[in-house]
Amino acid sequence: MLLDRDLDLDDLYREIILDHYRNPRNRGSLEQPTASSEGDNPLCGDEVKVDLDIRDGRILDARFEAKGCSISQASASMMTEAVKGLSLEEVESLFQMFKDMMYGADGVNLEALGDLEALQGVRKFPVRVKCATLAWNTLEQALEELGRQTRSGMKE
Amino acid sequence: MRPSRVRTAFDVRAIRRDFPILSRQVRGKPLVYLDNAATTQKPRSVIEALVHFYEHQNANIHRAIHTLGEEATVAYEGTRAKVSRFINAPGPESIVFTRSATEALNLVASAWGRANVREGDEIVLTQMEHHSNMVPWQRLAQEVGATVKYIGVTDEGTLDLNGLDEIITEKTKLVGVTQVSNAFGTINPLDRIIDAAHQRGALALVDGAQSVPHMPVDVQALGCDFLAFSAHKMLGPTGVGVLYARHELLEAMEPYQGGGEMIRRVRLEGATWNDVPWKFEAGTPNIAGVVAFGTALDYLSDLGMDDVRAHERELTAYALDRLRQLEGIVIYGPQEASQRGGVVSFNYPDIHPHDVGTILDGEGIAIRAGNHCAQPLMHRFDIAGTARASFYIYNTLEEVDALIEGIKKARAFFGHAPG
Repeated sequence: MLLDRDLDLDDLYREIILDHYRNPRNRGSLEQPTASSEGDNPLCGDEVKVDLDIRDGRILDARFEAKGCSISQASASMMTEAVKGLSLEEVESLFQMFKDMMYGADGVNLEALGDLEALQGVRKFPVRVKCATLAWNTLEQALEELGRQTRSGMKE
Repeated sequence: MRPSRVRTAFDVRAIRRDFPILSRQVRGKPLVYLDNAATTQKPRSVIEALVHFYEHQNANIHRAIHTLGEEATVAYEGTRAKVSRFINAPGPESIVFTRSATEALNLVASAWGRANVREGDEIVLTQMEHHSNMVPWQRLAQEVGATVKYIGVTDEGTLDLNGLDEIITEKTKLVGVTQVSNAFGTINPLDRIIDAAHQRGALALVDGAQSVPHMPVDVQALGCDFLAFSAHKMLGPTGVGVLYARHELLEAMEPYQGGGEMIRRVRLEGATWNDVPWKFEAGTPNIAGVVAFGTALDYLSDLGMDDVRAHERELTAYALDRLRQLEGIVIYGPQEASQRGGVVSFNYPDIHPHDVGTILDGEGIAIRAGNHCAQPLMHRFDIAGTARASFYIYNTLEEVDALIEGIKKARAFFGHAPG
């Protein structure tokens, strides 16, 4: 690393985060997503779009497109990797754990978060927390929208 | 290249000693404060003026029959007279205190706009206005059925005055323009725009939030009808804004808010209004803040606004010079320091300004990163935001050097564009 040992900055920009930023995984869109949503942080201008392919209550594929800072892009990339193959309940509980970590709740099982744990250094830069949570909130929004559609579909 | 010493009109080292916050450290490094377009730091004399007011003179103004109330009123009204002199207004009755420049602009849109802008009328603004000089007019236009038109911006970040005669027409009721862009630092040609407005019988409103703190501004020479600015961007406390308006306009305008101080007589059936400018100052104002703002104006007047401008211009020219040597960097706004205020706005196309801002913060350097409350201008350039360094009287060429080193560090840190 070119920086001298700046503890805080090293915590924020962990190597794994920079790797996802430079080499984003699952970037792009799905042709026929089951669920899709767009989110933005009007204050920073970060934008993200999340596409999901869901079958039998399980996420088979996830893609993202993002414009924004390294944290928001890396977080979106890491999220798509983490949620692939999970059931919607598992996604829900992972998101809860992630939020707990980002907002500094006690007793978070960091091991269960896997690579996502790398984002906890963002907490030291409170203005950046919303960059890290943007992709997750957008995913949540896509699932809520899907839920609404499914419910109204049942009524018809 | 950098001169061997700071060649400014005044002694920056001495000025820095007047600002207690400049001796603190941030993340283990000396603070380099380059976010002055957002708010400036406060000299000890202003901080002491706040404390002195609360320790010795605190009382409500204008109504008290006792000594403290009288002293507080004299101090508060004393600042009004200082503001009037500072911008060469015809007199203190043209100066209204608000809680911010934003509130001053809203006051005009509401109190003047509702009475004077009708269906089919037009308001002309520029594409580089701060949201605070855009949104109040959009709301008014929507309410009364008027239209908002915009003077566009060139690739260089200056106003595009071609076709000005088609934009400002007989239908135009008001032209609102910022004197200095908070996002890019562009100094706008107010003479031409104010002339064009007046020729068509429209009023001219100037957003002076980024000009009054940084250069001599003379409202009579400018010939503007309204001018808004805020105290906290010029060494004063937060929570104090100023509206200058021509006296006849204030006389004719209805009040902005109803309450204490703004009335003359209240009966169950209704009320009559106090004299100008108090008609526009309903409720207990930020008395201590206004009083301390007077001390801030003293500080700037002692330095001399010509010298303030000269100092910032030197810093800006030096910063532009050094930034241009960084490969791949994009600088927004005019390339000449003479055409811009003490603001430099820049980007590496492949690094988000927030990432630059965070790396700089790690070096103790405070800049602003984002859209600068000027989203339409950002859209014009198809960018999410910029990194912005903005200077004031206490900044040094060495701090510009620190900024450049920090930017280089960000460049090295993020390497090259993601794949």
